[in-house]
Amino acid sequence: MGSSLRVLNRIADSPFVERLGLEDRAQKLVYEGAKRAAETAARAAKRFSSKRTDDRPRSSKKFDLSLTEEQQLMRDTLRRFADDVMQPAARGADDRSSTPDGFLEAFSELGAIAMSVPEVLGGAAEQVSAVSQMLIVEDLARGDMGLAYAVLSPLSFVNALVHWGSDEQQARLLPSLLEGESGAATVAVMEPHPLFDPGALRTAAKRRGSDYELNGEKSMVALADRARWFLVAAEVPKVGPRFFLVERDAEGVETRDEPAMGLRSASLGRLKLDKVRVGPEALLGGEAALKAEGKAAYDDGMNRARIAWGAMALGTAQALLDYVIPYCNERLAFGEPISHRQAVAFMVADIGIELESMRMLVYRAAGRIDAGLKCRREAYLARTLCSEKAMEIGTNGVQLLGGAGFIKDHPVELWYRQLRSIGVMDGNLLL
Amino acid sequence: MIYLEVPKNLKLVVNQAHQVAKHIFRPISRKYDRAEHDYPKELDMLAALMDGLSAGGGPQGAGVDSLQREEGANGGVRNGGNMTTCLGLTELCWGDVGLALSIPRQGLGNAAIAAVADADQKERFAGVWAAMAITEPGAGSDSANIRTTARLDGDEWVLNGEKIYVTAGSRADAVVVWATLDRNLGRAAIKSFVVSHGTPGMEVVRLDKKLGIRASDTASITFTDCRIPKDNLLGSSDIDTKKGFGGVMQTFDNTRPVVAGMAVGVARAALEHTRKLLEEEGIKVRYKGPLFAKSAVEAELIRMEADWEAGRLLMLKAAWMADNGIPNSTEASMSKAKAARVGNRITLRCVELCGTLGYSEAELIEKWARDSKILDIFEGTQQIQLLIVARSLLGKRSSELR
Repeated sequence: MGSSLRVLNRIADSPFVERLGLEDRAQKLVYEGAKRAAETAARAAKRFSSKRTDDRPRSSKKFDLSLTEEQQLMRDTLRRFADDVMQPAARGADDRSSTPDGFLEAFSELGAIAMSVPEVLGGAAEQVSAVSQMLIVEDLARGDMGLAYAVLSPLSFVNALVHWGSDEQQARLLPSLLEGESGAATVAVMEPHPLFDPGALRTAAKRRGSDYELNGEKSMVALADRARWFLVAAEVPKVGPRFFLVERDAEGVETRDEPAMGLRSASLGRLKLDKVRVGPEALLGGEAALKAEGKAAYDDGMNRARIAWGAMALGTAQALLDYVIPYCNERLAFGEPISHRQAVAFMVADIGIELESMRMLVYRAAGRIDAGLKCRREAYLARTLCSEKAMEIGTNGVQLLGGAGFIKDHPVELWYRQLRSIGVMDGNLLL
Repeated sequence: MIYLEVPKNLKLVVNQAHQVAKHIFRPISRKYDRAEHDYPKELDMLAALMDGLSAGGGPQGAGVDSLQREEGANGGVRNGGNMTTCLGLTELCWGDVGLALSIPRQGLGNAAIAAVADADQKERFAGVWAAMAITEPGAGSDSANIRTTARLDGDEWVLNGEKIYVTAGSRADAVVVWATLDRNLGRAAIKSFVVSHGTPGMEVVRLDKKLGIRASDTASITFTDCRIPKDNLLGSSDIDTKKGFGGVMQTFDNTRPVVAGMAVGVARAALEHTRKLLEEEGIKVRYKGPLFAKSAVEAELIRMEADWEAGRLLMLKAAWMADNGIPNSTEASMSKAKAARVGNRITLRCVELCGTLGYSEAELIEKWARDSKILDIFEGTQQIQLLIVARSLLGKRSSELR
C-alpha cells in the first residue's frame, strides 16, 4: 500500500495539477486509488485470517482487561485473606523479623498452590497462567509485602518445578510440596554485591564427574531459617546460569539471618554454599537443561521474576493509596481537610496515575507469557518503571501523612521500607 | 482474559494510517512548519483518501465521529471505534501533529457532534468539518466561566461573544461553540451550538502564530448578533442544574484518550529517530543487565521507553473502557495526564540526546519537541487532568477541591 500512497502524494504535490486546475480530477484519482488499495488490503486480511487455524481461545485475540471467572474468584478470596489475616499480622511480624507460626499453613489452605499446579501433575489447575500467578502476588502484597514474600517463595519453587522440572523431579518433589509435608521451599538467585546481575552470577556450579560442586553466597532468601529445599541459581562454567535443587541437609549449606530495611517478616537470610556436592538429579530440568533449553528456561525465569516483583509493587502501592485517601480527607489543617489543597490532592492524583501506569506494564508482560509471546523487553520495561515509581509512591505516602507517616502508629513507614525493595530485588520470586 | 496487545484486526487500520503518516505527512512536515498559515493543499487529497479507504471496505470507524460510548457490549469484549481512532491518530501524529489536526472532517467539533447530537442532527451535520470553540480571552480552564451568550429569538439563537484558540477554526466548515443561556445559572446553562462559516455576524478576526503545530490553523472568532437555526443546539436546551455540565463535558471522556494517543505518536517518532541516530554512534539498547551498569544514554532511552509504554497502555485502557460501555472519565484523564507529560519530556530529552543535530532544523526532532507542548495543554491542561483524577480518587466535588 505504501508505494501507491507515494504515487498519490506526488500527484497531490504537483504544481501542474494546481496550475491546470485539475484538483478535482486528481482528488477523484486519489479516491479511487485509495479505494482499490483498501479493497486489496481487506481481501488480503480476510485470506490471512481464514487460513490461520485458531489454536488459542478467541478472547485472547482482543485487547482485554477483564479477569476470568476463576481469577476473580481467587482475587476475592485473597483480598479477604489480605484484609483479615495479613494486614493485622504485618506489624508484629516486621518487628520480630520472622514469619508467624502457622502463617504458611493458613495460606496453603486457600488452595493457591494447588491452583498453580496442573491436574496432570496432581494439582487443581486446568491451565497454568502467568496472569493468575501475577494477580495472586498483587493481592497478597496488598496485605503485606513481607508476608507475601514468605508465602510466595514456596509457590515460586513449585512454579519452577512445574515449568522446567524433569518428569523425575516433578514426580519426586511435587506430591509432598502439594500436601505441605516436605516443609518449606524457597528460591535463591540474588547475591550480596552492588550491581547484581542475574545473568552474571558469581555462584558457580563446577562439574565433578557427573556431580556438581556449588560455591557462592545468596542473599535476601525468604524463609532461609526453615526452608528444606532451595532453588539455587548458579553459573555452570561454559554453559551459563542454571537452577539447582539443593537440600538444606547437604554438607556445606549454611544459613544465617539477614534482616533488612523491609521484607523482614519473610525471615530473610543469607545462604552460604561451601563446596556443596550435588548429583546430576539436582540440575533443574535434568541433562537437557545443559543445552539451549536450559538457557531459555533461565531467561524465562528472570522475566517471570521481574513481573512478580512488579506485581509486589502494585499490591503495596494500592494499599498505600487506599490508606492515604481517607487520611487526607479526615486530617484537618487551616480549617479544612488537607485534601482540599491542590498541593496535597495532586500528589494523590499522581500516586493513582503512576500506580495505574505500573499496573498496565506488569499486566501486559504477564499477558504476553500466557499468549505465548516473548516478553523480555516488556518485563524489563515493567521493572524499570516499577523501580522508579514504586519508591516515588512510597516516599510520597509518608510525606502525605507528615510526622504521622514517620512513626509506627501508621503502616506507611513500613510500606516505604518495603517499596524500596522493588528497585533492588531481581530474582528470588518466580511466577 | 488479560491481553494488552493491539488486536490483529486493528493492525490493518494502524498500518494504513502509518502509510499516510510516512508517505504524505513526513515529506511535507517541515514545509508547513515554515509556511505557517499556508493551507496544506495535500490535505484535500487526504480527505478523499480517507473517504476512499472506508468506501473500499477498510475498517470502519477510524475517524472522530466513531468516538461514541458503546452501550455495553453484548456477547464479549469489543475493540471498537474509540480504540481504532486512538490508534489511528497515534500513527498520524507519528507523521505530523499539525497536519493530523488539519484533516478535513476530523475536527474536535465532529467528536462533539458524535457524542451529543441527536439522530436528526447527526444526519444534518454529516460530512461537515467542525472545529471546537470553548476558550475565551477571559476563560480557559475555567470553562464554566464563559461569557459568550445565546439568546432565543423566535426560531433562532442569537450568539454574542469572542472565542480564541480555535483549532482548525478558519479552515473548518463550521464551529461548535460553547455559550451560556443564562450566566446566573452556572455550568448547567452552558450549551453547544453548531455555527456554519459564512453565517452573518461570525468573523475570523485573527490567526495565531505559534510555538508548534504550525500546519494547523488556530483562530480567534467573534460572534456579533450571529443568528443560527434553533435546532443547531446540540443536546437538550433544558437547564438541569443537577446534571450540570454533563452534556457538553462528556465529549472529553472520548477525546482525551485521542489526545493521549497523539502524544504517544509524536513521542514515538522522537524516540525512534533518536535511537536511529544513536545507533550510528554505536549506542545499542539491550533489555538485560542492571540499568545502572549501562551507559547513561542507554539507561535514559530505556526509562523513556517505559514511560512511553505507560502512556500508550493507559490510552488503550481508556479507549477499551469506552468501547465496552464502562464509565471512563478518570481513566481518560489519567491517560492524557501521563501520555502528554511524558510525550513532552521525551521529545525534549531527545533534542538534548542528539545534540546540535537534535536542535537543528536539519532534523525534525526539534519540531516534535515544539509540537508536543500543546498536547499537555489543549483538551484540558495537565493541571486540569490532575484535578479531575484527584477529585475522583478523593471523592470531592469541584466546590471542595477547587
